[in-house]
Amino acid sequence: MTSIRVNGEEKELRVATVLDLLAAEEVDATARFVAVAINGVVVPRGRWQEAMVNPGDDVEIVRPAPGG
Amino acid sequence: MYNPLEDSLTIADKTFTSRLLIGSARYPNNQIMLDSIAASGAQIVTVAIRRVDLSAGGETVLDLLEGDYHILPNTAGCFTAKDAVLTAQLAREALETNWIKLEVIGDRETLYPDVEHLLAAADEMVRDGFTVLPYCTDDPITCRKLVDLGCAAVMPLGSPIGSGMGVLNPYNIEIIRAENTVPVIVDAGIGTASDAALAMELGCDGVLLASAVSRARDPVRMATAMRHGVEAGRHAYLAGRIPRKRHADASSPKTGVIGT
Repeated sequence: MTSIRVNGEEKELRVATVLDLLAAEEVDATARFVAVAINGVVVPRGRWQEAMVNPGDDVEIVRPAPGG
Repeated sequence: MYNPLEDSLTIADKTFTSRLLIGSARYPNNQIMLDSIAASGAQIVTVAIRRVDLSAGGETVLDLLEGDYHILPNTAGCFTAKDAVLTAQLAREALETNWIKLEVIGDRETLYPDVEHLLAAADEMVRDGFTVLPYCTDDPITCRKLVDLGCAAVMPLGSPIGSGMGVLNPYNIEIIRAENTVPVIVDAGIGTASDAALAMELGCDGVLLASAVSRARDPVRMATAMRHGVEAGRHAYLAGRIPRKRHADASSPKTGVIGT
């Protein structure tokens, strides 16, 4: 198990890559307009399959919302 | 006849025929949002970037707006330059746009810009290739610094976000307009159509508003009013208002009046 901070919440997850993490979080990895950052660095969609998520990582998963 | 195409608004490398920029938040529902934005005539629509919310379903605001508008993501809610820069980078990845409405606020009560973090974020974003449109204080010095850093426009507040108090310091706005060559867009505080018209009469290149329309009793009608307010103000500015005088100046001929 790996302790990862996902969108501000500490989670114990068994994941290796960003793609695994999205699946564990029930985020549709094929959905448009989704972006991911690990430890303050954006991980482009094209690298989700190989980019590793490590213990202690701080992950942000975002998408657009209504705004002003 | 006046041809609006001859009076376009150019920001960075893009040209728009509408000078009204509008937000996508806090409408009663999505249909009213779409109808209001259409009624406003706006071509630039702002959106926020937020952590995924699975309870919100699969459709995003982008699915509704994509293709019809130039989408301008914002960094609303960020308190630090670091968070604003990362939000901008996430927006670029998610929306495939280099444009960003930069907001860095100092507290939740006033939503006033934190100038120190704003300047730091603007500097980093410009270096990173962003087209930066900063929401900023209505002081000429901060605006000049933002322009010197390479921002594509400056967007001084008329009054606090969502306050509806209009343009509280028109003299500063005029100075900011006169001192800079980039577009000056009044962002925040617009409450009704006359506020938008005043901003344009001061010489501003555009107006960005959200709550004034989305929170109005009839958003679609208010969007229509804002469209006309912005256009009226722009026409009045270009036409050149008459000077204010202390005494009357009759418009009818002074001679030939009966009984004289």
